[in-house]
Amino acid sequence: MTQRAIDLWVGIFVAIGLAALLFLALKVGNLLKFNEDAHGYVIEARFDNIGNLKPRAPVRSAGVVVGRVESIALDGKTFEAVARLRIDNRFQFTRDTIAAIYTSGLLGEQFVGLEAGGDTVMLKDGDTLRKTQSAMQLEKLVSQFLFSRAADGPSGPAGATPAPTPPSSSSSGVKP
Amino acid sequence: MALDALANVFVRLGTASRKGITRLGFAMRFLTAVVSHSGTALTRPRLVVREVYFGGVLSLVIVGISGLFIGMVLALQGYETLVRFGASESMGVLVALSLVRELGPVVTGLLFASRAGSAVTAEIGLMKTTEQLAAMEVMAVDPIARVVAPRFWAGVISMPLLAAIFSMLGIYGGFVVGVPLLGIDAGAFWGQMQAAVDWRHDVLNGVIKSVVFAVAVSLIAVFEGYDCTPTAEGVSAATTRTVVTSAIAILALDFVLTVFMFRGGV
Repeated sequence: MTQRAIDLWVGIFVAIGLAALLFLALKVGNLLKFNEDAHGYVIEARFDNIGNLKPRAPVRSAGVVVGRVESIALDGKTFEAVARLRIDNRFQFTRDTIAAIYTSGLLGEQFVGLEAGGDTVMLKDGDTLRKTQSAMQLEKLVSQFLFSRAADGPSGPAGATPAPTPPSSSSSGVKP
Repeated sequence: MALDALANVFVRLGTASRKGITRLGFAMRFLTAVVSHSGTALTRPRLVVREVYFGGVLSLVIVGISGLFIGMVLALQGYETLVRFGASESMGVLVALSLVRELGPVVTGLLFASRAGSAVTAEIGLMKTTEQLAAMEVMAVDPIARVVAPRFWAGVISMPLLAAIFSMLGIYGGFVVGVPLLGIDAGAFWGQMQAAVDWRHDVLNGVIKSVVFAVAVSLIAVFEGYDCTPTAEGVSAATTRTVVTSAIAILALDFVLTVFMFRGGV
């Protein structure tokens, strides 16, 4: 095999290898489309309960991904979860934006949803969102539902068995 | 006398440990020697290109086919589990993350060690056995610069490229099985993959892994060849050692790197 043929094959090999790396970075890793690490500003959101929210979970507004959750920590004084959200510079949100934790699908991953308000002042880097809505917890929801069913007692539509101990604290939930 | 037998056991253990550590030290000094003698190899790139051909280009077929099949199997097996949770759309994520983070570098490293590393060991070992290396020294040609360094650098260059090709073909294999065969939506396959795979956290760490494995496998291959007993049996034993040591080194290094790269978080 001549040197020229070897050079040719090695050239082809290196080209394919570099193309594969490029494919992994661009098509799989999505390097160009949304590079949130390079630019963006950070806002903090305080939640009573973040549920299963993980770092790097998406931040969406009206369903569009506008940023990522950078880190999650617990505030030792107020016992609130502090989520740092890195938002792309292209998107500006008003100061009275509401942050809520939603779940995609029934058991899917959780994400932070932002709903902009009517304020004219925009959020800056390092600002804190005051209005938040915690993650929906399936256990709480189920227990609320059960308690309210129990409180309904025999007058409920099913009217089958009276509950053993209807707790008094079932103020919220399904009303008859 | 029982005490003597017990002492003998510990003496043997100690001797084995000392020899192992000495060998590791030799390997490290050999690495510095190879790197410091790389000037010739890098100013005469033809030597390296030739070895890239034998190590990299000729491994392309086995690596490509393995990647394709592993991707397809991953897709089939992942589908079985994911469909139970109604999450079969996330198959792109499963296939891409397992390939880019783990299987690409590791399986390529194992294949490269058995396909190219063993060949390098046998070649250098045979050169030593037939006293070609000694003849080079007589002619004032440095065998480390002329024979060892090009093969080492060829391995370091080829393996990360092979790992990238492996991952790419694996993802394509997963796509072929997932989208036309199992009926997953093509948009969801790519979209969820792109949302979940981070180019720095996942792709770049995978590349770093493959570079580390490449250095380990290439060093083991050239060292075992250069260090072998110059007999037919010695070459055979050195070739076997290359494959075994490479496999263990890759899997152990993979664990260590994974702990540092992907510990906690997702």
